[in-house]
Amino acid sequence: MTNEEMMDKLRTIVKPYVKNEEGFARMTEESDLLKDLRINSANLVDVILDIENEFNIIIDNESMEKMLTVRSAMDIINTKLSEQ
Amino acid sequence: MNKQVVITGLGVVSPNGVGLSAFTEAIRTGMSGIRFFPELKDLNFSCCIGGMPEVDETLKSAYLSPLQLKQFNSPGILYGCMAGIDAWKDAGLMIDETGEPDWDSGTIFGAGNSSVDKLRESIYKLDAGQVRSLGSTALIQTMASGVSAYLGGLLGLGNQVTSNSSACCTGTEAILMGYERIKYGKAKRMLVGGCSDHGPYVWGGFDAMRVITYKHNDTPELGSRPMSATASGFVPGSGAGALLLESLESATERGARIYGEILGGALNAGGQRGDGSMTAPNSEAVQRCIRSAVKDAGIRAEEIDLINGHLTATSKDTNEIRNWCEALNRKGSDFPYVHSLKGMTGHCLAAAGAIESVAALLGLKHDFLFPSVNCEDLHPDIASLIDEGKVPHHLIENNKLQVIAKASFGFGDVNACIIFKRFAG
Repeated sequence: MTNEEMMDKLRTIVKPYVKNEEGFARMTEESDLLKDLRINSANLVDVILDIENEFNIIIDNESMEKMLTVRSAMDIINTKLSEQ
Repeated sequence: MNKQVVITGLGVVSPNGVGLSAFTEAIRTGMSGIRFFPELKDLNFSCCIGGMPEVDETLKSAYLSPLQLKQFNSPGILYGCMAGIDAWKDAGLMIDETGEPDWDSGTIFGAGNSSVDKLRESIYKLDAGQVRSLGSTALIQTMASGVSAYLGGLLGLGNQVTSNSSACCTGTEAILMGYERIKYGKAKRMLVGGCSDHGPYVWGGFDAMRVITYKHNDTPELGSRPMSATASGFVPGSGAGALLLESLESATERGARIYGEILGGALNAGGQRGDGSMTAPNSEAVQRCIRSAVKDAGIRAEEIDLINGHLTATSKDTNEIRNWCEALNRKGSDFPYVHSLKGMTGHCLAAAGAIESVAALLGLKHDFLFPSVNCEDLHPDIASLIDEGKVPHHLIENNKLQVIAKASFGFGDVNACIIFKRFAG
């Protein structure tokens, strides 16, 4: 999967949770999920569940804690996919 | 100095009508909201009929955002939010999405239980070892204060935000609690009401207790028969009712339309002593509650024009009428008009008192008494206490009634009675 493809999938996943539409419009790998996209911190667990379903992976608690930016999410997804 | 409290907004999600105009039309024409549910039959229920508001996906999304509707499985909260937002807007109030909380407005919005369906879904996941898959949506829907928490956020409320629970007294109790908060100057506006879930997981306990009727599975619309000689148990219902209560000062300042005034009321319990029990009301407590409400309202019992009863269609209806007779010291042709909404809606449990109060205020505002349906065969014991003409079988229009007494009684031997009055202006 290319980075571009993964970004597209992530955009679809986070869209319903985003409270900052401008931040979402210019979402990049650098975007911070809480600060730039203003996703409610309680919803991070829902984003992660949606990622798990989409990519068919399991994200452990430690990885979850690191998942604060789009890039860290992509790294974790890539790691989990490569472990399969 | 106690504040005068008026009602400036109403909202309702009822089995026989969703929204104020549909509901008004339904109660004027005596339209039933009771239907047969094959699901209940499949689960071996004795009573396979009930009242459930009809709300489609489009209507849902007019009240809750796509994010709020994600993993949402809570009809009670949905109905509560719909009725609550409607009442807020009906009162001419705005929703400010970004500004400061409204420190002067709060909510007391009750529920009998919160999201039994969501709880059930969660328990299946938990038992399968999938606790993490609950996500963030299970807790907020199943907490007892779910409905008030949702409303607090939707409306930006900054005063007290809580949910009360007192079984079938819940809705009526919420109104009185909100009334007191405004009366004592602790809030300017309180959104009050109650909501109820539905379906087998809510109604099953009642079915098992044999307090709901099994005789009308083929004739659902005739099933709920308050005050009838052929009443055979209540019909379970669901929905929500909401009232926006406001200090007269605040309402006048805003130039708000006023549906009526709350003169006073009373809450008490029978301690499950005497003829009272977990499931049956102590008659002395009921009478004391009614008398206290009349006293609190500062009126004489003779001034009551209409009783909007609890009257569920069980054998207790006669007791209720007898208690009103005793408490008001009025009987026969001296008795006020009395009716029950439950013939059309079924017993909407925690939402009942709120939905019925909305009906009472619509009647007060628009000068009508809705018909008490399905009691053409008035119970002879009731007919021996009061003049049969006091039970309206048909719509009565152009009646400028002044004072309505509304009561609700609930499991736990708890009672609530409110006195509403036409607003003189």
